[in-house]
Amino acid sequence: MTTPLTANVPSGRRPRRVGIARIGIYAFLLTSAAFFLLPLWIMVTTSLKPRAEVWEGNILALPAEFTVEPWIKAWSEACTGLDCNGISVGFWNSVQILIPSLVLSILAGAVNGYALSFWRVRGANLLFGILLAGAFIPYQVFLYPLVRLFSQAGIYNSLACIVIVHVVFGMPIMTLLFRNFYASLPVELFNAARIDGGGFWTIFTHVLLPMSAPIIVVATILQVTGIWNDFIFGLTFAGRENLPMTVQLNNIVNSTQGERAYNVDMAATILTALVPLAVYFLSGRWFVRGIAAGAVKG
Amino acid sequence: MAEVSLRDISVAFHSLTVFDHLDLDIEEGEFLVLLGPSGCGKSTLLNAIAGLLEVETGQIWIGGRNVTWEEPKDRGIAMVFQSYALYPRMSVRNNLSFGLRMAGTAKDEIARRVAKAAAMLQIDHLLDRRPDQLSGGQRQRVAIGRALVRDADVFLFDEPLSNLDAQLRNELRVEIKRLHQQLGSTMIYVTHDQIEALTLADRIAVMKDLKIQQLASPQEIYHRPANRFVAGFVGSPRMNFVDGRLLPDGESGWRFTTDSHVLRLGGYAFDGQPQPGQEVTLGIRPEHLQPADAGDWDGFVVEMTEPMGADTLVWARSGPDLLAVRTGSDTAITAGSSLTLGLPQDRISLFDRKDGRRL
Repeated sequence: MTTPLTANVPSGRRPRRVGIARIGIYAFLLTSAAFFLLPLWIMVTTSLKPRAEVWEGNILALPAEFTVEPWIKAWSEACTGLDCNGISVGFWNSVQILIPSLVLSILAGAVNGYALSFWRVRGANLLFGILLAGAFIPYQVFLYPLVRLFSQAGIYNSLACIVIVHVVFGMPIMTLLFRNFYASLPVELFNAARIDGGGFWTIFTHVLLPMSAPIIVVATILQVTGIWNDFIFGLTFAGRENLPMTVQLNNIVNSTQGERAYNVDMAATILTALVPLAVYFLSGRWFVRGIAAGAVKG
Repeated sequence: MAEVSLRDISVAFHSLTVFDHLDLDIEEGEFLVLLGPSGCGKSTLLNAIAGLLEVETGQIWIGGRNVTWEEPKDRGIAMVFQSYALYPRMSVRNNLSFGLRMAGTAKDEIARRVAKAAAMLQIDHLLDRRPDQLSGGQRQRVAIGRALVRDADVFLFDEPLSNLDAQLRNELRVEIKRLHQQLGSTMIYVTHDQIEALTLADRIAVMKDLKIQQLASPQEIYHRPANRFVAGFVGSPRMNFVDGRLLPDGESGWRFTTDSHVLRLGGYAFDGQPQPGQEVTLGIRPEHLQPADAGDWDGFVVEMTEPMGADTLVWARSGPDLLAVRTGSDTAITAGSSLTLGLPQDRISLFDRKDGRRL
């Protein structure tokens, strides 16, 4: 058998044509991308311009005279009120808040999710419902009662205080995430471990936790971005010594005396956004999966 | 080794009663198969025996001990699951030894038992692999090995072969039977596959609608099914069923009649007292129908034949009745030919058409 070679007889791979619809789609995508990238473009170019050039006012132009001085200034010299140590102070504060909050909230979520999906605690569904409902109450409602509570306990305005707040407020979403992940595992695995004599903690640490890597990655992404971007909790609970980077950034931008140093402000802003930005770029696929994991099963 | 005794057991699952006051005694060293269609609750019953599910009423005794309130690990049982349920992040060796490590067994004892189980199942060369590096058959061997290592008195199997292809299923079925002979342990095996049930069991409990329909040896189940459901569920190809009625025949005899056929029941052993005119179903297995030149029923026309290798299945129709007849693979019967069938009296079963019970 020979295949006829005439062009209009369907044979082999179907030819692909570039239609008007496709051109339209690309045009739309390109304009959208340009629109959303514009602020970032302005921030980066401005932060690399000397002060004089910023005031010339051509905000879209590339820097004529390239300089990294605003970045250095932003990192180590910019003033927040009376202190002039730059935003680096806030960076290290944020790291100090982030690490314990991250570890503790993921651990709490994992244990909660494990108990809720495998041990069928009496009233587990009710507990879970209440926990989830907590996630939908506006944060502002909690602020003042919590301030009073922490004051009574004598830990208000401390690192411990802000960490506890992050762990508590991260609990609903972390629990949901881990519960759904564990619910998708075959219950037979858990049953086998019970027959093998595993207890509550041994099954968790020996069997389930080693399998949880994917969901831990997702939880880490959510918590890192969430805690790093937090402003209101940091401002309210961390105390003057531990103000996170977001709050410091606000102070820098708002406390400039005289002529505004837009280039320094821009550099400081990018520095603050760098951590979540890096997380998004390095883990885009995982991040989407995390959102889906929280949304699909309930 | 231990006997298992279920006394007055009721189990509820998701607030649905699965078993209501069930009694079942399994002897020491017996191989009991719980056979039934999906959703008949046989796995639920197994989970209750294992202690993974609480019973609502009744007691569970294993080896003369009331274990109703005991944890799964304290019941002297081992269990093999359909989905293998191997711990995915552990090597095969650690999978096998997990239970012993949890129990705090001495290291050299663990090594000895793991080596023994691995040798029995021919998985020695796989000990350092992880479960995701194994084939389905190998995984199930490891799962069985994990049960062996526990030195349990009672082994529970929850459809262990259902996820395997036909070839492997046959292979492992033989393996399980051999293990039972070697160990002599009590084994309770849940399946929906009647071949597994017939080949493995000392006794089969056929289950449906929250009840045990028949509890008997494989021969009894196959040849003298207690009701219409058991008759239809066990055996492949399926038993033939013909609807008709019973009429008195002579002084004390009976005959079975349909619109087109009559069968005199001189040699049939009735279980109950038949009533004149009673509506019944006659059942006969395909291999017991005898195609012959002169037989009990004539006027059948062959619709098609299914060669199955070792034998050939002939589908013969007369009016509304379509019967499967098992013949040798060298049969000369072809589609379109007419057929006369002999029905041996000691091979037929009669069921009441209302309640399905054997007559």
